[in-house]
Amino acid sequence: MTVASIHRGLFSLLALTATMSMAEAKTDIIVGMQLEPPHLDPTSAAAGAIDSVLYANVFEGLTRFAADGSILPGLAQSWDISADGLTYTFKLHPGVKFHDGTDMTAEDVKFSLDRARAADSQNAQKALFAGIADVAVVDPTTVKVTLSAPNGALPFNLAWGDAVIVAPESIEGIKQNPIGTGAFKFDAWVQGDKIDLVKNAAYWGTPAKLDKVTFKFISDPTAAFASVMAEDVHVFAGFPAPENLAQFAADPRFQVLVGSTEGETILAMNNKQPPFDNLKVRQAVSHAIDRQAIIDGAMFGYGTPIGTHFAPHNPDYLDLTAQSAFDPAKAKALLAEAGFADGFTTTLKLPPPSYARRGGEIIAAQLREVGIQTEITNLEWAQWLEEVFKGKNFGLTIVSHTEPADINIYAREDYYFQYGTPAFKALMADLNNATDPAKRSDILKAAQKMIADDAVNAYLFQLAALSVANAKVQGLWVNAPTQATDLTAVSWAE
Amino acid sequence: MIAFRLGLFLVLVVLGAAAVSLVWVPQDVGAMAIANKLKPPTLAHPMGTDHFGRDVLSMIMVGARTSIAVALVAVGIGMGVGVPLGLAAAANRGGWLDEIIMRGNDLVFAFPSLVIAILITATFGPSAVNAILAIGIFNIPVFARVTRGAALSLWTRDWVMAARVAGKGRVRISVEHILPNVANLLIVQGTIQFSLGILAEAGLSYVGLGAQPPTPSWGRMLAESQTMISFAPHLAIFPGLAILFTVLGLNLLGDGLRDALDPRLRRSR
Repeated sequence: MTVASIHRGLFSLLALTATMSMAEAKTDIIVGMQLEPPHLDPTSAAAGAIDSVLYANVFEGLTRFAADGSILPGLAQSWDISADGLTYTFKLHPGVKFHDGTDMTAEDVKFSLDRARAADSQNAQKALFAGIADVAVVDPTTVKVTLSAPNGALPFNLAWGDAVIVAPESIEGIKQNPIGTGAFKFDAWVQGDKIDLVKNAAYWGTPAKLDKVTFKFISDPTAAFASVMAEDVHVFAGFPAPENLAQFAADPRFQVLVGSTEGETILAMNNKQPPFDNLKVRQAVSHAIDRQAIIDGAMFGYGTPIGTHFAPHNPDYLDLTAQSAFDPAKAKALLAEAGFADGFTTTLKLPPPSYARRGGEIIAAQLREVGIQTEITNLEWAQWLEEVFKGKNFGLTIVSHTEPADINIYAREDYYFQYGTPAFKALMADLNNATDPAKRSDILKAAQKMIADDAVNAYLFQLAALSVANAKVQGLWVNAPTQATDLTAVSWAE
Repeated sequence: MIAFRLGLFLVLVVLGAAAVSLVWVPQDVGAMAIANKLKPPTLAHPMGTDHFGRDVLSMIMVGARTSIAVALVAVGIGMGVGVPLGLAAAANRGGWLDEIIMRGNDLVFAFPSLVIAILITATFGPSAVNAILAIGIFNIPVFARVTRGAALSLWTRDWVMAARVAGKGRVRISVEHILPNVANLLIVQGTIQFSLGILAEAGLSYVGLGAQPPTPSWGRMLAESQTMISFAPHLAIFPGLAILFTVLGLNLLGDGLRDALDPRLRRSR
């Protein structure tokens, strides 16, 4: 037997074992993500990374987001709305158990909602629960939620990761050991590395197809690229480097999923700080910016231009991009009218994501063309939250607002870009009181128009949801209607 | 001598590129042409274009300016403060001033320089000025030590004795007799510190703590090229080579200068 034939024999043996293992579909998956959650309680922190791991997988709410952004029943199988629109009666699925074996009943729902809306609640989205006046247990599978004013958006509000149902006895340790009702159970968390979930055999609904899920946290874009290429991770949700996607798309081992998120990426202006308190200056900035150049340069073509703070895939979206079309000559004229014929100098503070860092450099170049000089400062997230978001110490900044349907932030006077005019507040109050879909749509459109007319911020583009996955993985969400990596329907193709 | 000439040549090329960039660059580094991005090297763009469609050659020429300016001022700070300290310490050998200066030196030396540089730029905000200060501070003890070491042996010479007998004070002797005799060493040390300064500046901008955009900087160019290295390697190769050749050139130049200027080496030959 020659060396060559030994080799050939080895090869056929290897090939044989390879085919044998191919026959059985894999039941585990490794999902790469850029950000690691600070802890594991989605009801007490704003960090989207918590929901990216736990939403729909471990924790469920009364209602839930579907992959297309519509609202589906979750733990509540149905609900009735009283004629005056003030009372919602939720009928819960019977026989739902928490991962620790206890029953999920109306008491747990009351506990979760009361905890979220309590005065001392740590919930990051308390506004979602602001209209709730009372939560009452009717019987173990019926909950009555009473509102102080009609609110057609309640089922939408309750679908958020901040509104998931938690077990009272698990609250103590929820940040390290989350106990939910979902199709996966929390197994282990190796901080700085990964989180393991395992299949919940006692799940009340359609069981998960996978037995084991591992979330691996890889913050560096270069390392993320290498780990996908080496097939160390099977899916990378929210791939951080859009420039690498063309390579994955050209490789038959991978599929690239390009969808849309709820992320309106904006060049925010400090509306109370001169010169941005001047409408003409804000309009000039809006006209100085070439959105397509930013999308091509910073996002390698992924993204949809927007002209207001609203997601283009939403049926109520108004395309107002023409109102602030790229027009440097007009921008210069507006600046001259505002008394800044020679331009001015301001700060541009940039958080870490590439849309901000790269987009910032492009915007700085575009603003320079009309005479506005910017001093760029690159900040880490913690510094950005401190200086810009809380401290309001900035002229310009770039950030993507990833919360769904969040135009109401413009009603907050103390929000970091400091708009909150009485007219806009009145509009939002009308919206909350309206239950008629046609009327809600009209109000939403008026609101979009108002902030575009006032050029509160320069609206850049809708952030794309970019994920890379092994070509055999199926059932992943393409769009990101909320922060989530729903793996309950994911499986490996044969 | 070949090494010295090669070093001199490389350094002159870099200095020349930086000098030329003051009056002319192939393409304005502030101008972006997104449609023209990530082009491989061509005649129009000898080093290709980056992800914003900027000319890489122009970026490197202007980046040379940033590197040289940061390293030069940092060496200036080191010499300006370190040399007088070293002279003073040598003139007061064994005295309390000597102790204070040299223990202070040890204190600064005890900290890893780049870590402190990161601390300084993180505390006072990332900028080219803070990078200069951070790198400059760590040049002070280097020059103080070199100066003191060389000056100590000079203080025992007869001609220094003669000067003292003639009634000259310590300060005058230090300035008129010691300093000219340690200048050779300082030039050699300065060249070495200059190359270290260029490396430190590149390192700090690589982690985002050096010169801020849009000011081009070699370190940041390297950092930005990272995710594109697989399809646009020219973005990493050219800034990398720029750093390599500059540091290599300065080191060769420093070695050559030492051979030519250091009296001890000269005598042993």
